[in-house]
Amino acid sequence: MNQRYGDVSFEDRMSHVDFRVAEQPHIVVDTDVCRSCTTKTCVHACPANLFVPTAEGGILFNYEQCFECGTCYLMCDGGNAISWSYPDGGQGVVFRHG
Amino acid sequence: MRDRAGPASSAVTVAEPERPQFDAIVVGAGPAGSAAALELARAGHSVALLERGPFPGSKNVYGGVVYGRILDELIPGWYDEMPVQRWVTRRQTMLLDGERSMTVDFRSQSWGRAPYNGATTYRAEFDDWLAGHAQKAGAVLVPSTVATRLLRTERGRIVGVRTDRPDGDLTAKVVIACDGVNSFLAKQAGLFPGDQAAHTTLGVKETLALPARTIDERFGVSGHEGVDIEMLGCTQGIPGGGFLYTNSDTLSVGLVLGLQGLAKSGKRPEEVLAELKRHPSIQPLVRGAELVEYSAHLIPEGGYDTMPQLVGDGLLVAGDAAAMCLAAGIWLEGVNFAMGSGMYAGRAASKALSSGDLGALREYRGLLESSFVLADHKKLRKAPELVLSERVQQRYPGLVCDLVELMFTVENPKPKPGVRKLLRASAKRNGVKMRELARDALTGLRSFG
Repeated sequence: MNQRYGDVSFEDRMSHVDFRVAEQPHIVVDTDVCRSCTTKTCVHACPANLFVPTAEGGILFNYEQCFECGTCYLMCDGGNAISWSYPDGGQGVVFRHG
Repeated sequence: MRDRAGPASSAVTVAEPERPQFDAIVVGAGPAGSAAALELARAGHSVALLERGPFPGSKNVYGGVVYGRILDELIPGWYDEMPVQRWVTRRQTMLLDGERSMTVDFRSQSWGRAPYNGATTYRAEFDDWLAGHAQKAGAVLVPSTVATRLLRTERGRIVGVRTDRPDGDLTAKVVIACDGVNSFLAKQAGLFPGDQAAHTTLGVKETLALPARTIDERFGVSGHEGVDIEMLGCTQGIPGGGFLYTNSDTLSVGLVLGLQGLAKSGKRPEEVLAELKRHPSIQPLVRGAELVEYSAHLIPEGGYDTMPQLVGDGLLVAGDAAAMCLAAGIWLEGVNFAMGSGMYAGRAASKALSSGDLGALREYRGLLESSFVLADHKKLRKAPELVLSERVQQRYPGLVCDLVELMFTVENPKPKPGVRKLLRASAKRNGVKMRELARDALTGLRSFG
């Protein structure tokens, strides 16, 4: 994921955010459900760009750089494809300038 | 695996605790939670203030300005100690259309002097400061701890929360849910029906470093004075708006995007933001500024008609958890509503605890109704719908820019046309019927009146 919008690459954009990455993922995606999802809204709506469509029509998900906003589970069209929770206490994103 | 809080989590049934560990548990050390905990602790009640982040504010993002008037009541003299970036002395509302923009620019130097009006701040600093006051008053701050479930008796009374710590059940006589826009606790209590996605927006924000002197020059301010710019017509057809405000040596620029509109658009949020930063009215302000943080958060923008029930059996809901952000176009406020609702929740809980009658928790709603918290929301209940309507979002910025451009484009030797004729022409060009314009003006007057 190295799309450029304006002057900042996405990688660069996320490198400025502080994350305390937990060992266990706090979001699990049931990619079997995603295969039958025609909209895949999560792919473009997630502000952290964490959902990547695979060649087989599923979704590859990375939880490490999650803002914990909730957009994905609210917008998920695939029934219960996204099992979402907050990370364990003290883990996850730490905003300094929010 | 530890217990977790999410849309699928549910309350657990427990036996009524014989001796609750705390008088009150407040979940979430944001502005609502800390205000609630502060009021309770001051009244002499034992309070646990739970925060899922490593410190208060670490999970929080906002879009601009903290209006401090409610702090006069909570923390007298607050403005001499609150961590402030800049005091807003200049406030702009900007309508953007294509390469054009029309700005209403207001300045008041008195807003830069005590008792002040609004300030920009970093939430990591502001929330931490407010939570510190709750702690000083005697509240026990418990950071890095997620409240995963409500503890509920068979008769349905809330008597505490389960946390994600080992043996993490905490019991109390009253629970105040200030757990933010996703509020899984209010949902577990069944207080939050309805389609949340329909009235929730996504805020994305870049914090950009720029020397303080450069900010002063570009924005026409000096010292601790700052600027807040609210924008309409910069979201590429997605219902929402934009903001840009000054901190000491950074700028915060961001967008608020309706979730459903964003889904339909197929656009990425930072792509829409990059386009805003390229606008000829914005680009010279942010030019050369270095990204120091990118952030995102959901915002409950539906207003009064989309609020959950605010009182449950042994439970109160405040702040974003109660959808108390005011997104009424010309007024965009949230932190003050969070502090206000938290303060009144703390007072209602305090009274109930002191009298031993938990039924007194119901007085919370009355306290909110007789204050700005629900009075403003009720008065402006139609405003979010109007502001996010297709005409206001997609046609009026163009209409206004057309009108102003036609007025000030000198077409000599042709004589000047009358303003009424120009208005009709601008309306027609943007697909707006005069009847619709009149009706929206009336709705606007009614909702903002």
